[in-house]
Amino acid sequence: MRLRLTVNGEPRLIDGVGGDESLLSVLRRVLRLTGAKNACEQGECGACSVYLDGALVCACLVPAGQAAGTEVVTVEGLAARGELDPVQEAFVQAGAVQCGFCTPGLVMAVHDLLRRVGDPTDAQIREALAGNLCRCTGYQKIISAVQLAAGRVNGHHDG
Amino acid sequence: MATTTVSRTRGGVGEHTVRVDAAAKVSGAFQYASDLRADGMLCGATLRSPYPYARIRGIDATAAAALPGVHAVLLAADLPGRRTFGLNLDDQPVLADGLVRYHGEPVAVVAAETPEIAYEATTLIAVDWQPLPAVTDMAAALRPDAPRLHESGNVLRHVHIVHGAPDTAGADVWVDGYYETGVQDQAPLGPEAGLAVPADDGGVDLRVATQWLHADREQIASCLALPQALVRVSLAGVGGAFGSREDIHMQVHACLLALRTGRPVKMSFGREESFLGHVHRHPSRIWLRHGATRDGRLVTVKARLLFDGGAYASSSPAVLANAATFAAGPYEVPNARIEGTVVFTNNPPCGAMRGFGAPQVCFAYEAQMDRLAAALRLHPLELRLRNALRTGSVLPTGQVVTGSAPVRELIQWCAGAPMPVLEPPYARDQVHYPGGTGNVTHGEGLRVGVGYAVGFKNTAFSEGFDDSAAARVTLGLVGDAPVAEIHTAAAEVGQGLTTVLTQVARTELGVERVVVHTADTSVGNAGSTSASRQSMMAGGAVQAACRMVRDRLVARARDQQARDQQARDRRARDQLTRDQCAADGEPLPEPAELCDGLLLAAGVPVAKLTDLLAQAEPVAATAVYRHRPTTGFDDAGQGDIHAAFTFAAQRAVVEVDTELGVARVRHVAAAVDAGKVLNPVGFEGQIEGGTAQGLGLALMEELRVENGIVRNPSFTDYLVPTILDVPLVETHAVEQPDPGAPYGLKGVGEVPAVVSTAAIVAALRDATGRALNRAPVTADDLVGLRPPPASAGPPPVPDVPGQWPVPYYPHPQPAPGKG
Repeated sequence: MRLRLTVNGEPRLIDGVGGDESLLSVLRRVLRLTGAKNACEQGECGACSVYLDGALVCACLVPAGQAAGTEVVTVEGLAARGELDPVQEAFVQAGAVQCGFCTPGLVMAVHDLLRRVGDPTDAQIREALAGNLCRCTGYQKIISAVQLAAGRVNGHHDG
Repeated sequence: MATTTVSRTRGGVGEHTVRVDAAAKVSGAFQYASDLRADGMLCGATLRSPYPYARIRGIDATAAAALPGVHAVLLAADLPGRRTFGLNLDDQPVLADGLVRYHGEPVAVVAAETPEIAYEATTLIAVDWQPLPAVTDMAAALRPDAPRLHESGNVLRHVHIVHGAPDTAGADVWVDGYYETGVQDQAPLGPEAGLAVPADDGGVDLRVATQWLHADREQIASCLALPQALVRVSLAGVGGAFGSREDIHMQVHACLLALRTGRPVKMSFGREESFLGHVHRHPSRIWLRHGATRDGRLVTVKARLLFDGGAYASSSPAVLANAATFAAGPYEVPNARIEGTVVFTNNPPCGAMRGFGAPQVCFAYEAQMDRLAAALRLHPLELRLRNALRTGSVLPTGQVVTGSAPVRELIQWCAGAPMPVLEPPYARDQVHYPGGTGNVTHGEGLRVGVGYAVGFKNTAFSEGFDDSAAARVTLGLVGDAPVAEIHTAAAEVGQGLTTVLTQVARTELGVERVVVHTADTSVGNAGSTSASRQSMMAGGAVQAACRMVRDRLVARARDQQARDQQARDRRARDQLTRDQCAADGEPLPEPAELCDGLLLAAGVPVAKLTDLLAQAEPVAATAVYRHRPTTGFDDAGQGDIHAAFTFAAQRAVVEVDTELGVARVRHVAAAVDAGKVLNPVGFEGQIEGGTAQGLGLALMEELRVENGIVRNPSFTDYLVPTILDVPLVETHAVEQPDPGAPYGLKGVGEVPAVVSTAAIVAALRDATGRALNRAPVTADDLVGLRPPPASAGPPPVPDVPGQWPVPYYPHPQPAPGKG
């Protein structure tokens, strides 16, 4: 099947997409955008989180055909002109990265949270990130990263 | 020199240092093993056994090989070299050779144009199975009539430790307990993957997510009948390990397929295959008997340990040794008898997982300490304080604790850490109830519990293993800036090793720019990234190599000074003879150090580093670090078994909804014997993450194996803690330098996972008043719907030839008819 979609602002026309292929597979296999990760491929871990027309989705659960005509943004699309997004920068500074396999998905989920809620409470952070598994950090530094990024995204002094 | 302006070198040892790989990881650019690809690459897939124990009467791969797009279907007979591998014993078939001993054992491998075709081909391989009666209970494996799973029998190892007079020493109070732990999985987020590329010289290049490159190389070379020099292993990005990558999994398969097809072959596991394809944490059954005086002094500990090693040895012998040596806890006990057995069964193989035998026994001995405290009417921490190990204490193995042992300080910090403020149930958002918004009560049955645990773990390899790590350090100029390069075979698995090595080089060489090369086998063995050992071992090697580089620069500076002196002398046309002019320069005053771009002698700047480096070639040095030697067990289980120890104490505060059987950990206070914290943010990350994994074993994580079949190999069914489950962990480092270790450091990667399960379950007991003698604790346990596991008593001690793994000894052939 032929698939037309926009990825990170670039229109793409992709031939030879399998009928049973997921959006994650198209991103990773065809477009070689390997930022979205293949940790469980059944929607349990959030490591493949991307924006699909602005909505945060697990790319592994989206049949490629359903992504036709959509705008997809992956973690590779967050950094503008080599400058890390404030969410990415906060993950670096807060020590929220260890092995990093969950990180692209968490960065996307935090980016999505901060678009919706400028200054999230601890409960809001935990609820928003409940679908993203991390096996290394114990999540504490991830929460710190959200708080740090919230300050930066909203232009507060980040202390 | 007075006019030289230098900037202080930042990011050295002890400083909060941003990870060197963080930017690549947050942007999606970091390449993990599963992201690898190569031109002309084929994809591999593995056919695995659906049975826990079965004979293979025949395999017909014709249909699979005929499938368009398939390039190879390979079986055990296709291996050119050894057909088995293993970390401690090479007893595990690379591909099943007529017999499978566990569910998930590899039987055949396929290389094809796409992963889908490769998978389809595995379904076309016709195997003529003859299922056999499986041994799936660890106690049943010890019965004389149990099927013999290996030639040497079903006892993989038995360790026997006797200290003092455990059978005659009297005590005022005795406490007996029985404990069980389930199978925990490492569940790293990044599934197993690697890419093997055949080389023109007949060898193979493998990029793989692993923990121990040289052990991989040795096993691959042996199975492929290649010289080790023709097997080149380099580290691909690792998505977490926790022990799961210490054994090889797809390494030989991918290399074999690559050599047979002449094409690069990538193998990349999905989540289910990851659960089936790596070893797990040993499930355990533990019987303990503690005797103490009325004033709370431990007199005797008797321990009987039974660990299920599963179908093959993996690192079970070492795991058992750890469990046995730690079975009495971090306490002084004059009399001890510890009998530990690890058996073969038809369950999935168990091996390394963070803590490596220590978490199981900590869960048991700390429960005993609480019960003993109750029997003695002492506060649980008071009993622990009265018996805590200190420097100079003697362990049940007779080993004297020579390093720092601030056990009392750790306990006291936990006791004094501020308690969390818990809002009353009616005043809080429902998301904060145990069970969250799915909760159907309003917290009427909420009970708070507080629990403590103290534990310890060895750093690096034990029992006389010749444990070393090599590192090569080069210091040169790039442009006009000094740059240090570090090359080791030590695997960064996510824990932050490359950052720590960078910090070491910055501190030792006084340069800020450090490049850490991809780990590979072109440098010396660094040993495994396990046993909390790489900060000490690879860190020690980098430190030593840096100091060799420094010494060579000192020589260079001295020569320069001599030349300068000569020139001055010639200019002055003084009366010195030629010989005197040509003599070496005076030794520089000691000590020499490189600091902030300067070479200092006795604190005085003598040269600019850039000037020294500009004179000649970059300076390089290779160093090998070894920790102090250890010994094996003697016949009584006595010996200097471990190189170093790290201690930890935790206090957990939990809430249990006693009507619903749901629990939430609200706070953990974690005190760690850190020796010296190299990177505060990395240190905290290890403690917080390790605590979360211990929480998993306390409350939710169990690989369910029923009659040898793994029932929950997915993240839907195997639950790992989410951000809703893990509380605030307040971490405190007690920094008492360990003599003999670089910077006085201690390995801290494992010890939080050793104690947190025990602390959390202790808190659950406090909240519910229930025995809770099995981890993980279930909802049924919390409300009393499931009776606590009971035991009819420990199995008899097996008759074994000695303390080493039984297969090491000559063994009689099994009697006919016993298979």
